[in-house]
Amino acid sequence: MADKLHFSLVSPARELFSGAVDHVIAPGTEGEFGVLVNHAPFMTTLKNGVVRVLEGDVVRHRFYVRGGFADVTPAGLTILAEEARNLSDASAQEIDIEIEAAKLKVLELDAGDTKRVVIEHQISYLEGLRGALAS
Amino acid sequence: MPSLKDLKNRIGSVKSTQKITKAMQLVAAAKLKRAQDAATAARPYAERLAAVLANLAATTGQGGPKLLTGNGTDQTHLLVVMTAERGLAGGFNAYVAKLARLKIQALQAEGKTVKVLTIGKKGREVLAREHSALFTGHISLSDVKSNNFTDAALSVGQMLTAGFENGEFDVATLIYSQFKNVLSQVPTAQQLIPATAPEGAPVIDLGGAQYIYEPSEEALLEALLPRYINTQILSAMLESSAGEQASRMTAMDNATRNAKDLIKALNLKYNRARQAQITKELIEIISGAEAL
Repeated sequence: MADKLHFSLVSPARELFSGAVDHVIAPGTEGEFGVLVNHAPFMTTLKNGVVRVLEGDVVRHRFYVRGGFADVTPAGLTILAEEARNLSDASAQEIDIEIEAAKLKVLELDAGDTKRVVIEHQISYLEGLRGALAS
Repeated sequence: MPSLKDLKNRIGSVKSTQKITKAMQLVAAAKLKRAQDAATAARPYAERLAAVLANLAATTGQGGPKLLTGNGTDQTHLLVVMTAERGLAGGFNAYVAKLARLKIQALQAEGKTVKVLTIGKKGREVLAREHSALFTGHISLSDVKSNNFTDAALSVGQMLTAGFENGEFDVATLIYSQFKNVLSQVPTAQQLIPATAPEGAPVIDLGGAQYIYEPSEEALLEALLPRYINTQILSAMLESSAGEQASRMTAMDNATRNAKDLIKALNLKYNRARQAQITKELIEIISGAEAL
């Protein structure tokens, strides 16, 4: 389909989405950007935020991603996220539980521990996800 | 000549061993399925990331970050040897350790300094006999649950990039068992640092257009390279775990079959011995009767 954009969203764990869509809006580090079909080759890093997949003007899917890259080529858009979740699968209660568990873990670790930074990133991701879910 | 009771005991013990190996084989088969699924699920990300890196590296050329170009020397080598946490998996751990030993010898013959970082207990045990002086660290995989290697890979990756930046080594090579299929796992050495863009990665045809980079090529590469290294470690861990289970499954299948053969041979021996005893008793009775 020439008038559709091929979009795939992959995280290290699995491929979350792959298919032809009309329009994708992603959170770049230097600002949110939209990609339509026949976009110029473009590569950017991403910040935590919502990736929206649109069919026409309707938002079909919303994914909350943590960091990563977006790569636009003539073949389509690929988003490589550190972590990504489909917002329609996520439940606020489960995320609250995860945030609590992660906060407990931070308390157990020393200030200099490299793992601590990782978990703090995880917490800010989860809190962002929680916020996105509420909106 | 073992007595009947001895034979009976031996048959019993071989039978219970067979039960254990059979159970281990079934468990390994189930785990293999899960490990293979996890490895397959992780593949798209690794492939795409490799393609993006190859693309980016091709355009930057010489002036890239050190993780890509190296720091000018290759005097100190770090070997990351990845094996399983558990044994009883046929030659799985031994093959990886053998490749590591060969690599150490080859590098030392060239006059390089070699350091070894072990991942997984078994490889460390084997290498400790000859090369314990080279050990710089160890990462345990024993607390990894249900193929979730993300954290372990991340900590190895951070250790490597930090070590490289502090000048602890110049070249890092990962030695792990590549999962070809259930019957073959190939011990492989793969260079991690300086990162090499994968060979045979598809070159993306831009149709004459120029890439737009945001924020900049250098910043992108700097963000991308540690992730690329982490991803390579992660996929190696997943393959290694699938290979371990496959290897254990095959080994336990063989053991079960051996036990079956052994039981057959022992049963034959037992029946013969029993028959011999009956014959002997009969002869004694008959000759006793004849003597009267």
